Amino acid sequence: MKNIIIEKTLKLDCGKEISNFPLAYETYGNLNEKKDNAILIFHALTGDQYASGINPITKKEGWWSYAVGPGKSFDTDKFFVICANVIGGCMGSYGPGTIDPLTNKPIGTNFPVITINDMVNAQYNLLDYLKIEKLFAVAGGSMGGMQVLQFVSNFPNKAKVALPIACTASHSAQNIAFNELGRQAIMSDSNWKEGLYDEKSTNPDKGLAVARMAAHITYLSKQGLQEKFGRNLQERSDLKFGFDADFQIESYLRYQGSVFVDRFDANSYLYITRAMDYFDLTKQYGGNLSKAFKDTKTKFFIISFTSDWLYPTSENKDIVIALNAIGADVGFVEIKTDKGHDSFLLDVPDFLSTIKNYLNTTYSNINERRI
Amino acid sequence: MKEEFKVISKFIKEKSRVLDVGCGDGILMEYLLKNKVVDVRGLEISKEKVKKCLSKGLAVIEGDAENDLKQFPDLSFDYVILSQTLQAFMSPENVIENLLRVGKKVIVTIPNFGHWKVRLDLLLKGEMPVTKNLPYQWYNTPNLHMCTIQDFYNFCKNKRVNIYKSISLNGEKISNIKTSNLKYKNLISELGIFLLEK
Repeated sequence: MKNIIIEKTLKLDCGKEISNFPLAYETYGNLNEKKDNAILIFHALTGDQYASGINPITKKEGWWSYAVGPGKSFDTDKFFVICANVIGGCMGSYGPGTIDPLTNKPIGTNFPVITINDMVNAQYNLLDYLKIEKLFAVAGGSMGGMQVLQFVSNFPNKAKVALPIACTASHSAQNIAFNELGRQAIMSDSNWKEGLYDEKSTNPDKGLAVARMAAHITYLSKQGLQEKFGRNLQERSDLKFGFDADFQIESYLRYQGSVFVDRFDANSYLYITRAMDYFDLTKQYGGNLSKAFKDTKTKFFIISFTSDWLYPTSENKDIVIALNAIGADVGFVEIKTDKGHDSFLLDVPDFLSTIKNYLNTTYSNINERRI
Repeated sequence: MKEEFKVISKFIKEKSRVLDVGCGDGILMEYLLKNKVVDVRGLEISKEKVKKCLSKGLAVIEGDAENDLKQFPDLSFDYVILSQTLQAFMSPENVIENLLRVGKKVIVTIPNFGHWKVRLDLLLKGEMPVTKNLPYQWYNTPNLHMCTIQDFYNFCKNKRVNIYKSISLNGEKISNIKTSNLKYKNLISELGIFLLEK
């Protein structure tokens, strides 16, 4: 596992300072001689640095395998793709699961509350380490998209292109509500122990699984669920008049919950959802989102999905409107799909091909200095 | 229509900011990028066409002119172009008003309903005209508000909109429209191209 130790002190939004902390990352493709082909990808709530190929820990396909790889949307034959695990995460970066050398136990809820801003500032160090002066692009969906927005506002003109996908500039009450539901599920599991559980023995797995089940519903659309499962029964010909998983949708959700706990830490789930809830870029700039992008020369390409009700088109469009208000270079399209918020992770050909063409054309246009 | 693009391109000064409303596949945007040093943006209602534009790296946003022009600040573009779509809006009046708000100058092109073939169709056949520029039947046409060059002149006069230049296109023939030849040009032009200012 690749990681860097960030020695420099990072002042967090909560007021605490951290230093000498690890940041785990992965790269795909090669940085060219001109060092102008680097793309920094930000992962979503439950992602990690393994965007593509086989994740060496879970042995499963990387979370953005449809989009990242040779010949794909983020073409690793052409681009140097970097992805880091966010701080607060549980795939090697500094998080609540990190062992505290003083106690030899996980830091747990003694870990400071972090924000999207903190995540982005931590990852900036990776660019210094990789000696990348200017990124070709920053991209990400959902919480990854929020990081894209925060990144371009914190580091203006560090990236030539920004692709915030299926995200928002300000977490809505509904978003916070769903996250709170997940957190309550975890915290009401008796194994949670105020967050000071020992990862090796008893974890709040039941609570985390319920959190995942609830969240998973928000990633899909009603129509998508209906088409995939309907009222189909799970390996039985009739209802059993009990509380077993009679329906396929129940069995599916239980499965999603159970596999999730094997790869994710409950405390990380608390910290990262909190960071999302605290995200309000509009407020950071005094109620005027346009100010977050003042004087930007970055080309923005914003994408939303018709069936995404978690981060609906209207919220993505607010970002477009803020950018247009200051004459920024912005493209926007709403992709038609019934796959819900999860669309950005799935095989949605229109979405994948539009990104691929956009990046390839823009890269050559910039090189030919046409734009 | 290449001639239309040529005329529009001639209207536009180098290094200006341009918004193409209803930019379609982005052909005019590409033409302007290639032939003029301009900063050009597009607004388009069709998802398919927006995807095509974005695939070409063009800065196009999905949206419709009747609702989404609001987001652009006053006079934020040097030129706003509306090519052959005015007649398709619910309220052409509001759209023109918004175009003139967003753009320092506005270029509007209209298919001319006053063309002699159109008049003849209605006069002789007594049927709604179907022509090369207006290929639809009355029951499936997206064109809700057809007008003639004369109508557009009258509209501008009523609304106190200055027509800086007006060009007639008839096939490949490009000519100037003046008050003195308006009646005649209204008869022979397939397309009218106008450069407007509030």
